[in-house]
Amino acid sequence: MTEFLQHLVNGLSVGTIYALVALGYTMVYGVLKLINFAHGDVYMVGAFSGYWLAELVGVRSPYGADPPGAGETFIKASLVTLGAMVICGLLGFVIERFAYRPLRQRPRLTSLITAIGVSFLLEYGFQLRPIIRSPIEFPPGPSPRVFPALIAREPLEVLGVSLSNYDIYGFLIAILLMLGLQYIVYRTRFGTAMRAVSFDPQVAGLMGIPVNRIITWTFVLGSALAAAAGIINAVSRPKIEPLFGLISGIKAFVAAVLGGIGSVPGAMVGGIVLGLAEEYVAGYTDSSYRDAIAFTVLILVLLVRPAGIFGRFTVEKV
Amino acid sequence: MSAPPLEISHVTMRFGGLKALVDFSLTMQPGELVGLIGPNGAGKTTAFNAVTGVYTPTEGDVLVAGERVNGLRPHDICVKGVARTFQNIRLFRQLTALDNVRIACHAGATSGFFDSLFLTARHRREEAHILRRAEEYLAVMGLAHRRDEISRNLPYGEQRRLEIARALATGPKVLCLDEPAAGMNAAEKLELLALIRSIRDRFGIAILVIEHDMRVVMGVSERMLVLDHGITIAHGKPEEIRRNPKVIEAYLGDAYLEEKHIAVPVEGQAR
Amino acid sequence: MSSARAVFRSVLPFLVGAPILALLQPVMPADYAIILVSVGVNVVLATSLNVVNGFTGQFSLGHAGFMAVGAYTAAKITVGLSGVQLILLPEAVSNQLVFAIALLAAMITAAIAGVLVGMPSLRLRGDYLAIVTLGFGEIIRSVIENMKFLGQATGLSGLPARTNLVWVGMSAIATVVMARRLAVSTQGRALFAIREDEVAAEAMGVDTTGFKVRAFVISAAYAGLAGALISHAILLATPRMFTFIRSIEVVVMVVLGGLGSITGSVISAIVLTISLEALREFQAYRMVVYAALLIALMLLRPQGLFGTRELWDLPLFRRLTRNRLAAAGPAGASPAEVRDDSTGPKGVA
Repeated sequence: MTEFLQHLVNGLSVGTIYALVALGYTMVYGVLKLINFAHGDVYMVGAFSGYWLAELVGVRSPYGADPPGAGETFIKASLVTLGAMVICGLLGFVIERFAYRPLRQRPRLTSLITAIGVSFLLEYGFQLRPIIRSPIEFPPGPSPRVFPALIAREPLEVLGVSLSNYDIYGFLIAILLMLGLQYIVYRTRFGTAMRAVSFDPQVAGLMGIPVNRIITWTFVLGSALAAAAGIINAVSRPKIEPLFGLISGIKAFVAAVLGGIGSVPGAMVGGIVLGLAEEYVAGYTDSSYRDAIAFTVLILVLLVRPAGIFGRFTVEKV
Repeated sequence: MSAPPLEISHVTMRFGGLKALVDFSLTMQPGELVGLIGPNGAGKTTAFNAVTGVYTPTEGDVLVAGERVNGLRPHDICVKGVARTFQNIRLFRQLTALDNVRIACHAGATSGFFDSLFLTARHRREEAHILRRAEEYLAVMGLAHRRDEISRNLPYGEQRRLEIARALATGPKVLCLDEPAAGMNAAEKLELLALIRSIRDRFGIAILVIEHDMRVVMGVSERMLVLDHGITIAHGKPEEIRRNPKVIEAYLGDAYLEEKHIAVPVEGQAR
Repeated sequence: MSSARAVFRSVLPFLVGAPILALLQPVMPADYAIILVSVGVNVVLATSLNVVNGFTGQFSLGHAGFMAVGAYTAAKITVGLSGVQLILLPEAVSNQLVFAIALLAAMITAAIAGVLVGMPSLRLRGDYLAIVTLGFGEIIRSVIENMKFLGQATGLSGLPARTNLVWVGMSAIATVVMARRLAVSTQGRALFAIREDEVAAEAMGVDTTGFKVRAFVISAAYAGLAGALISHAILLATPRMFTFIRSIEVVVMVVLGGLGSITGSVISAIVLTISLEALREFQAYRMVVYAALLIALMLLRPQGLFGTRELWDLPLFRRLTRNRLAAAGPAGASPAEVRDDSTGPKGVA
């Protein structure tokens, strides 16, 4: 039983991260009908942004002779997280504006390839040897870095399940962000505009919606969420390197497809379901197949129910 | 007495809660020219799609030469003898006119990769045969001089004719033309009328035409069906249809009828 | 044309190519040889992928998976039969024969993989197909990584060095000839039709799923061939050689050359392979430049170098071509290039 609960906790923990990243995929696909291959790398940049900001802000080890006060820690952790979200939001803006917007009228294959190009650019760009060395090393280079502990880690045990305050905080922050996004998408004018654009960009434009601006902000939001996910993840799993966004990105994408690409609640549900599935299958069988699980889920979904859990399958009019 | 080339029997098309086509029936004999009209959204193209396999009928049957084809894929139905053109021209735009027709000439064959890759005698024979046939169909539609032209560069009227040539090349028993006169000027429309009749005379196939232009469809049809909101509201010869109050109402609305003091029977109203 | 002449024309490219390559092989310096082998393998990869992505317009991102299937199959055969000397034959000939069998087996198993992947996947549209093929490629790799029989993560090593210019050259020629013959044939036209308008193609009697699967299978078979060749050149077959990054590299080659253009794929494969080799010292920067180039390419010239045009569409070549049917046109000739000639007598003499 404890094993079951342990997997549940782990699954939720990793699932919420997938969900946050999946939201970016799904929102962008919703408004642009484009699979943003580079999104996983934005997640990676988020983690690194956090890493650099932490250095700049002077995050000191929570342990040690002169540990920081609780207040200072929280302030710095928030600064780092919000800062990273801003940076990634900016990155999302730049990518959309310069790589995707010019190609909006072209066939989708072109944008897909560009997305791959942007993804490579980020991955390999970050693997270059540092050009700037101070105050931070940029690009970080291929060697993994260790993400600092933003707050002190306190292990907990509940019902025989071992977790930590990281898991609790991470989960709470993720849920908060998702609720916030739900609010934005369904209760604000911006959200309505976004949904209108996802149904029909042309008509939305004719109705007076500033389509370009909506799309840009969609990117910004999605990227910011990915950054938050990156930091939450990096705190628990501190080894970060330029290529680690790749596999997480693909899994988050699978989560988005599972939930129904284009559907915001779908991404959230899909992420959690995938996280749980991964945990349980890897836990009870051979864990070396962990990565293949995501792909298997993907293929099953696409073959059995391509629209996903919440998705709508549009029929082409002949 | 062999089975009619096309028999549509009480076909209903439902999309979720929406009934796009209700109890549609039509039997076509070889060489018949039938017109299908109705206001926009009446279900005419839906009927085409149901017949050609793009949709599977929710209810009812489609029989081609006596054989039930419900649920078959469009290419199978094409091979069985139903060809069509599209409301918004769907040519193979980057390919030449000749290639467009040649593709249709080979309808139904999947195998033959081996022959093509190893340049066997059979391959060369079939290629020559297809080339001849394709050139013939182009000539019939007056497009022989456009043979090597990229189809998207052709003038609009010729593109429409090319689509018809392509559909003919599949060797159908029934040809379904979806608004073949759309976008043409008056002279071209007259030519099209003559062309459709000559196709029927030369190939002996049954032709079903969806059209909005009354003069075209009345000029070419031997009988007509009128759809409104998926329901067949009238069926008969062009002269009868022209005078039918229900048809007039469907197109022009009851205000017109009131103005002209035309009475409309209550039952069977399409509203 | 008699059957004998047809057969002769069929194998002519090989009869000409083989002796030339056989003569080149011994005199070629080793470092050039390995580059030429890479070039040849990439020509096979790009051209074969073009059949699916370019001719048929389906976006497949799983080419590396088929390479892997082919590589491992061939490796198992050559290593397994390494001691065996086929009766009555001198060792050298025996080795070549075994390799030939290995290559053939590689193509067959890769083709089978192509059927297994293609049949369920090809019902899906555009982006979804891309992701599924990518997924299958990764699943294949994941499975290989977990099988002890296939050496798991370390893979198979100690492969006999069988790949040489003759084999690679012949394979490249075979792939190009295959693609060319396909392009001018009925089946090729059907593939183009599917690319142009799948709904219309279906309505005109083309079994779109059947053709898509077949194109996929042919393409997979040649990918398997490429995989077998490359693994017997570097004498290794490991899962890491066949990641989806490899698939994407091939896609880039095809897109750069122009989707649908065989000439484009060949030239792009040559240019890219040589450039990447030349920039080998700048390892990390190489990929960054590559990525930037990719983005620039999509922004400035998405149709690639050649679009859908072919070298043999140029008026010069058309006049040289004696075959009427071939001159009737590989589909997608650019009007600007063809127009003047096509108003002349039909079927250029």
